[in-house]
Amino acid sequence: MLTVSIYRYHPELDAKPYMQDFQIDTGGKDLMVLDVLNLLKIKDRGLAYRRSCREGVCGSDGMNINGTNGLACITPLSKVVKNNKLTLRPLPALPVIRDLVIDMDQFYKQYKKVKPFLLNDTPAPGIERLQSPEERAKLDGLYECILCACCSTACPSFWWNPDRFIGPAGLLQAYRFLADSRDTATEERLADLDDPFSVFRCHGIMNCVTVCPKGLNPTKAIGHIRNMLLTRAT
Amino acid sequence: MTNILRKMSYEAIVIGGGGAGMRAALQLTEAGLKTACITKVFPTRSHTVSAQGGITCAIASNDPNDDWRWHMYDTVKGSDYIGDQDAIEYMCSVGPQAVFELDHMGLPFSRTEEGRIYQRPFGGQSKNFGEGGQAARTCAAADRTGHALLHALYQGNLKGGTTFLNEWFAVDMVQNDDGVIVGVVAICIESGETVYIEAKATVLATGGAGRIYQSTTNALINTGDGVAMGLRMGLPVQDMEMWQFHPTGIAGAGTLVTEGCRGEGGYLINKDGERFMERYAPNAKDLAGRDVVARSMVLEILEGRGCGPNGDHVLLKLDHLGEDVLESKLPGICELSRTFAHVDPIFEPVPVVPTCHYMMGGLPTNIGGQVLYPESESETRIIEGLYACGEAACVSVHGANRLGGNSLLDLVVFGRAAGIQIEKSMREGYHAEAASQANVDAAMVRLNTLNRSESGESIAEVREELQKTMQLYFGVFREGESMQKGLELLRELRIKVANLHLQDKTGAFNTDRIEALELQNLFEVAFATAISAEQRKESRGAHARNDFTERDDENWLKHSVYYPTEERLGKRDVNFSPKTMDAFPPKIRTY
Repeated sequence: MLTVSIYRYHPELDAKPYMQDFQIDTGGKDLMVLDVLNLLKIKDRGLAYRRSCREGVCGSDGMNINGTNGLACITPLSKVVKNNKLTLRPLPALPVIRDLVIDMDQFYKQYKKVKPFLLNDTPAPGIERLQSPEERAKLDGLYECILCACCSTACPSFWWNPDRFIGPAGLLQAYRFLADSRDTATEERLADLDDPFSVFRCHGIMNCVTVCPKGLNPTKAIGHIRNMLLTRAT
Repeated sequence: MTNILRKMSYEAIVIGGGGAGMRAALQLTEAGLKTACITKVFPTRSHTVSAQGGITCAIASNDPNDDWRWHMYDTVKGSDYIGDQDAIEYMCSVGPQAVFELDHMGLPFSRTEEGRIYQRPFGGQSKNFGEGGQAARTCAAADRTGHALLHALYQGNLKGGTTFLNEWFAVDMVQNDDGVIVGVVAICIESGETVYIEAKATVLATGGAGRIYQSTTNALINTGDGVAMGLRMGLPVQDMEMWQFHPTGIAGAGTLVTEGCRGEGGYLINKDGERFMERYAPNAKDLAGRDVVARSMVLEILEGRGCGPNGDHVLLKLDHLGEDVLESKLPGICELSRTFAHVDPIFEPVPVVPTCHYMMGGLPTNIGGQVLYPESESETRIIEGLYACGEAACVSVHGANRLGGNSLLDLVVFGRAAGIQIEKSMREGYHAEAASQANVDAAMVRLNTLNRSESGESIAEVREELQKTMQLYFGVFREGESMQKGLELLRELRIKVANLHLQDKTGAFNTDRIEALELQNLFEVAFATAISAEQRKESRGAHARNDFTERDDENWLKHSVYYPTEERLGKRDVNFSPKTMDAFPPKIRTY
């Protein structure tokens, strides 16, 4: 039997959050954490969590699993369970709506702030804008972000300044467009980021890199932006 | 029961924030119409994100002489000749423009040495109308094309300033006294508030419903919400028996591995290590149509040549492609195989089995996305105020079998086309009478019943029963007697589905309520599928019957049309009148 301890909070029923323990028979199978939640939900219909693709590409089910942020659907029990216990909490640092569901508005706002779309002031050609394989390769490790928020909510700098520090996810996308040979707004983008908080609150703690379920490296991207900002200043 | 609901008003609303919905919303927003995109998950969590291999389109990058007419020929043949040729002509000819727009929006396509978009071979692709050998026509962003496309569209909508109602669930449509659609009743999932969202144009871009089957590549959210809303309103649906089973779902998990694996040179083997597709499709081999490959796999398994201790799957061999190709062209597949099949494709083959993947049928529409009511085999009328695009619609470009890479093209081309049509209609001064209180109340009946349930059936149990029934009686191979048995079971399930017990009656983020509503939607889609499958007495495309093994052009070169009010299956003429060329006449379909 596996003991699953889950953070519960219902804004209409609970004065404050609490941890609830469930016992579950996994039948000896190495289930994914999401499978465990789905099994529990058969009995406890009120258990709230987000899920969609169940294969690690949509980014819905980011949560704190035995102390580490990750995606429930691609985290096997064998990787996280110790002493037959699984503890599930919502991603930290953002307000909880209900149980494992957090309010991600602040996270999305920081994403939107970096103008995460291609800007190009030259007229579009009749075909695609040409880009060499080498130029395109610069986007690898950047465009794959699934906006699950595992990284930003693991970042102490984001915890202290969620309104002013863009956070690793937003900055990864900021660099994704700075690095795109088809984008012409480099100067505008850098000017927008050039303040003490947006980028420079990153202290290289690298929690973002540790937890990213897609194996991406926001710290490295932030380093590139930092260099671009410093080069621009001189 | 009177329901006094808060009202929100827009010129156009789009239900669904996947590829089709966001492409439509972008078109509408750019046209200056007051638009909202209503989506039950944050847009980038939509199922389009899972598309892998690419978007098929004759952009003439791989082959400078490529021609959209060749793509059209392949699509018509792939559809087993019940795709509408005017719609296919439109999709294939407008396609390049729609794909270039995606590049301009920022979609990070993989590239050729010339700097153009990389294209890979996919199943059913040919040059020169089937005479010039295999084509490579699928535009790819590694094997994450859906992800790249969905994010690019979301980003395009952010740039354009589209209004999103994220995590709102559409319950039912509101129809005024003239039978015109004037919006939806929807739940704000976060608060639980129910609102009447009034609109002159309602676009259903709610995607597929693969969750009617037990084993599916589809996301948990693919519950056919839009199609079911239509069915509850008495609207007919078309070609609902046509479900694509993708050859390569990971055995057990159901997660997809792209056809691009075979496009890049991978192939299927049975337990003897034999490349069996050489027997079934001597020319195209592993790149025959998906229906052909899926059936061949099932036959191998049924004849005792399956792999594994239970002989219940075959293997997809990739290791000969080498680590470099796999890591650069198919990185996502390597990741998925390691996570869900516990094999590393660089060294070992991946266990695969045909898995429910795509709904070719849906709400019949014209090229502008306007939902049609077929009055007879040859006549239709437009349902005013209602549009559909993407997987929820049946325009029909896929007919009885969709070609790989055509779904992403379908959703951008027809999402865009629906937006253009609505803009035109609004400019011409489209007007609809406002809904009465009784009209709104009618859209609340289902939700009210559920909210009042004191006891009843378990949502999880009924859902499992439904999925098992569909898997068992309406799978890759079908047979009359067993489908009738399946239908009987479904009729029993209908009573249970109407009597679900909603245990959680609270407001905030109530997923019990959403799952109950989704289950009712699944049922409507499953039932339409079952009736259509039982009554189409031939084998065509994805619909393969053991009791009617041949294609019957004399009686069934037709769309099927299921009329829910009378539980009747009718027929509708297939379009054989493309605008700029002669139609492709039906031929025997071999690969």
